[in-house]
Amino acid sequence: MTTSNPVLSVVGVSKSFGDNEVLSDVSFQVGKGETVCVLGPSGSGKSTLLRCINWLERPDVGQIHLNGEPVGVTSGGVVMNDRRLSRIRTRIGMVFQHFALWPHLTVLQNLMEAPVQVQRRPKAEIRDEALALLAKVGLSDKRDAFPARLSGGQKQRVGIARALAMRPDLLLFDEPTSALDPELVGEVLVVMRDLAREGMTMVIVTHEMAFARDAATRVLFLDRGRVVETGPPDRFFARPETERARQFLQRYAGEGASSERTR
Amino acid sequence: MIRDFGIVWTERGLLLNGLANTAILSLVSVVGALLLGFVLTPALMSKKPAVSRAARAFVDGMRCIPFLLFAYIVYYGFPSIGINLDNWGAGLLALTIYNAAYMAEILRGAWVALPRDEIEAGVAFGFSELRLFRRIILPPLVLSAGPVIGNQLIQIIKDSAFLTIIALPELTHAASSIQSRYYVPFAAFITAVALYWGLCLIVEAGVNVLRQLADVRR
Repeated sequence: MTTSNPVLSVVGVSKSFGDNEVLSDVSFQVGKGETVCVLGPSGSGKSTLLRCINWLERPDVGQIHLNGEPVGVTSGGVVMNDRRLSRIRTRIGMVFQHFALWPHLTVLQNLMEAPVQVQRRPKAEIRDEALALLAKVGLSDKRDAFPARLSGGQKQRVGIARALAMRPDLLLFDEPTSALDPELVGEVLVVMRDLAREGMTMVIVTHEMAFARDAATRVLFLDRGRVVETGPPDRFFARPETERARQFLQRYAGEGASSERTR
Repeated sequence: MIRDFGIVWTERGLLLNGLANTAILSLVSVVGALLLGFVLTPALMSKKPAVSRAARAFVDGMRCIPFLLFAYIVYYGFPSIGINLDNWGAGLLALTIYNAAYMAEILRGAWVALPRDEIEAGVAFGFSELRLFRRIILPPLVLSAGPVIGNQLIQIIKDSAFLTIIALPELTHAASSIQSRYYVPFAAFITAVALYWGLCLIVEAGVNVLRQLADVRR
C-alpha cells in the first residue's frame, strides 16, 4: 500500500525488549485523511508500534518519517536531541488508554497547556480553539473542572480534544476505549467517527472491531510483531487472507452488537 | 508559679521577638530548602550516573549528620576554609542546606509514585527537560508531597532551636535568657513550648489547605 505523499511512513521498524522481539520489520504508510486501525491479539506489538511512531519507544532499527521529515534519527543517521524531537512530537497528537490528563490543570488548561507552553502560539487564539474543541466533544460545561471529577468517557473526550488542540498532522490512539466501562465506550467512538469523517489522519490501536469495520479506511493486522495482513476493512473482515486473521476474527464474532450501540 | 508566668509576661517582648525570628528562620529556610530540592531531585532522578550518584552522596551524607553538628561546622568550621558568616548567615545556611537533602528525598519519593502516563503524555506533547519538569512533573509533585513537606517544615521549626548555641536570638534562646535572668525555668520553657505548638498549628492549617487543593485534583 503506497501513497504518493504519505503523512506517515514507517519502514523496517524492529524493536526488542531483551530477548523478546516485539516488532519485527514493520513497514506501512498512512496517507492524508486515512484512518488506519491496527488490530491484533494482545501482546502482538500494537501499542509498541504506536509508541515507536513518536519515539516514546526508541526503535532498534528502521525509519519513521512524518510528512517526509525524519523522526528520531536525522537523515544522516544521528539520533536527534530532545529539543528537535520535541518539536516533531508537537505535530503528532496522542490519545492514551488511561487518558493521562494532567491532574493539576483544569479541562481547559489541559487543552491549552502544550499549545501555549510548547508551540508558543498566541494565547487568545489557542483559547478560542480550545473552547471550540470542547464544544465539539460536548464538554463545554466542564471546562473549569479538574480531570478527577470527570467520568472515564468524559476524560477520554478531553484527551482527544487535548490532542486536537495541537493542530496535529497525525493522531495516534492507543486503545482509547479499553479502560472504559462498556456503557461509556460509545460516546468516545462517536467523536472518533466524526474525526474520521472530517478527514483527520489517524492511526488507531483498538479492540473495537465494529468501529474498525465501518470507520477505518484500512486495517493493519499485527501478530507476533509482524504485519500479517493489511487491506480495506470490508475485505479484511469478510475474507481474511491468513489463518491467523481468521482465528482472531472468530473470537470477536459476537462483536455485531457493539456496532449497533455506537451508531 | 503564677508569679513566674507573670515575670515571663513582663518579658513578652523578648519572647515575641524570638518567636518572630524562629518564624523567619523557618520560612526562609523551608523556601530555600524546597528550591534547592527542586534542583537536587531531578539530579537524583538523572539518567546520567555521575549526576545521580553525586546527588545521592550529598543527600545520604547530609541525612546522616546530626543537625547540631552541622550547625557547628558551618558556624565554627567554615571560617577555617575562608567562609565567614555571622550567626544569622550561618544559621540560615545550615538549616537550608541540611533540609534541602530531606526535601530532595521527599520529592523523589513522590516523583517515583507519580503516574508514568501523565509524564509520558507530557513528552508526547513536546515537553522536554526543564519545561517537562516545571510544567508537568513539579505541580502534581508538590500537591502530593504537600503533607510531608509540611511535616518537614515542623522539623525545621524544631531544628531551629539548636541555633541557640550560635547565639541566634530565636525562641529557645529568648526563653533561655529569661530563665537565666529570673530563674523561672518552668514558666519560661512551657511558654516557649506553647509558642512552638502555635507555630505548628499554623503549619498544619497550611497543609490542610494544600490537601484540599490536592483532593479536588485527585
